[in-house]
Amino acid sequence: MTNQEIQHIITSWSDKLEFSEEESEFLNVTVPKEELYTICKQLKADTNLKFDYLFCLTGIDWGEELGVIYHLESTTFRHNIVVKVKTADRENPMVDTVSDIWYTAEFHEMEVFDFFGIKFNNHPNLKRLFLPEDWEGYPLRKDYVDEINMVIK
Amino acid sequence: MSKDQLIKSNFKTEEYFINMGPQHPATHGVLRLILTIDGEIIRNVEPDLGYIHRSIEKMCERDSYQQIVHLTDRMDYLSSHINNEAVCLVVEKGLEIEVPERVKVIRTIIAELTRIASHCLWWGVMGMDVGALTTYFYAFRDREMINDIFEETCGARLTMNYNIPGGLMFDIHPNFVKRVKDFITHFKTKIPEYDRLLTGNVIFQKRTKGIGVLTKEDAISFGASGPVARGSGVSCDIRKIHSYSAYDKVNFNEVLFSEGDSLSRYKVRIQELWESLSIVEQLIDNIPEGDIKIQTKAVIKLPKGEYYQRVETARGELGVYVNSTGTKNPYRLKFRSPGFSNLSVLNKIAKGSKIGDLVAIMATIDIVVPDIDR
Repeated sequence: MTNQEIQHIITSWSDKLEFSEEESEFLNVTVPKEELYTICKQLKADTNLKFDYLFCLTGIDWGEELGVIYHLESTTFRHNIVVKVKTADRENPMVDTVSDIWYTAEFHEMEVFDFFGIKFNNHPNLKRLFLPEDWEGYPLRKDYVDEINMVIK
Repeated sequence: MSKDQLIKSNFKTEEYFINMGPQHPATHGVLRLILTIDGEIIRNVEPDLGYIHRSIEKMCERDSYQQIVHLTDRMDYLSSHINNEAVCLVVEKGLEIEVPERVKVIRTIIAELTRIASHCLWWGVMGMDVGALTTYFYAFRDREMINDIFEETCGARLTMNYNIPGGLMFDIHPNFVKRVKDFITHFKTKIPEYDRLLTGNVIFQKRTKGIGVLTKEDAISFGASGPVARGSGVSCDIRKIHSYSAYDKVNFNEVLFSEGDSLSRYKVRIQELWESLSIVEQLIDNIPEGDIKIQTKAVIKLPKGEYYQRVETARGELGVYVNSTGTKNPYRLKFRSPGFSNLSVLNKIAKGSKIGDLVAIMATIDIVVPDIDR
């Protein structure tokens, strides 16, 4: 299915979606975080889309906003889409988990929480994955102060 | 009262925790598994990661693109060449340059030799994990030949750093073609030996058949890739689906088994040895003449945008996500490593099996801890 056709199907689900194909090889859709869970659920369930394979989940710090990027593929149709979600709240960022839709998200979301401090609602086991429990701050954030050059020498 | 009920009523059982690792030989590196067990039966497996986390993604935000290539060797060190290739391909994608045919073919040959070397090591260690020490020596004998070829051409045996953005660091050694051909002839007689020694062994079959079954749906949902997913019948070979380098010029089959147990994951890898040999065989006589690199600028700046490259390492799908703002460093670089996703299936498939089986299951998942920890 082409990107236009995918966009056509998804547009009808919500009027708050932003589509973009610039500066990327995939179709990008930015989803408001309140609608993330329902949109993701539909992406997997829709019989014409069947995005059943979450092959990459990336946390990112855009400076003002924190975000999560989901790279999806359908193992049936082999088309791709990139879902993005943003949150401006840096103190207590919250995004819904998708770990019950794609099980792989459970580990990847723990990694994002570890390095970006983004909390995932309803996550079954959210805790630091790599760093020790008492580590202060979130190292992959752009405003992380690495006073003793622990991360980068 | 039945026998089971009689035992249950007279012998009280309770669940308790034990640690497997971080220094357990069967975890192949510093991985700690927290096991909840009831007698011999595993109720829950929780991996505890981070013992050798080196924050490679953070270091990448500081380094130039040429430097990043060198860091990727240290992730999955058994697929180091393929990791290098992934970063080079993503940079080449960003710069919109097409490398010469010669580079593509040489990269593919070395990538497949890397896969054979990796599967050899896995096979040796797999045998050892289920109690057959001989396999280790057989496998290392053959792997040594590949490492010698790498040493001669790339200058290193394990972390080769042979790729650079735009091509190869230097041309292949004059002996390369001959030695690779010698290896093919040698190894063709050795894979049947592997089968005779281990695959058909009754004890080995009992340790793996029907153990650690991963269903097709779970494999996709857990994001499993490589031999782990293909053992469950999921078609996921990036070399076929999103072809890169010279894979579109060669004929090879994607190996699929549908049982999903430890034995089918084992059989996928053994069969992949044959497929990799066939790819090398098709290319080794047809290395095109030409340049070995396209000169890039000393300071590479990727245009603003997002780039993604997927490659098939010996363990599965490696993805490199680069977000560039147009400077000489990536703004954000993420490695989607195959081992990380493959490890997440462990709890699902090991639940209910015995502790001894966990070791065999782990061996067929073929994890490399630096790949998980990055």
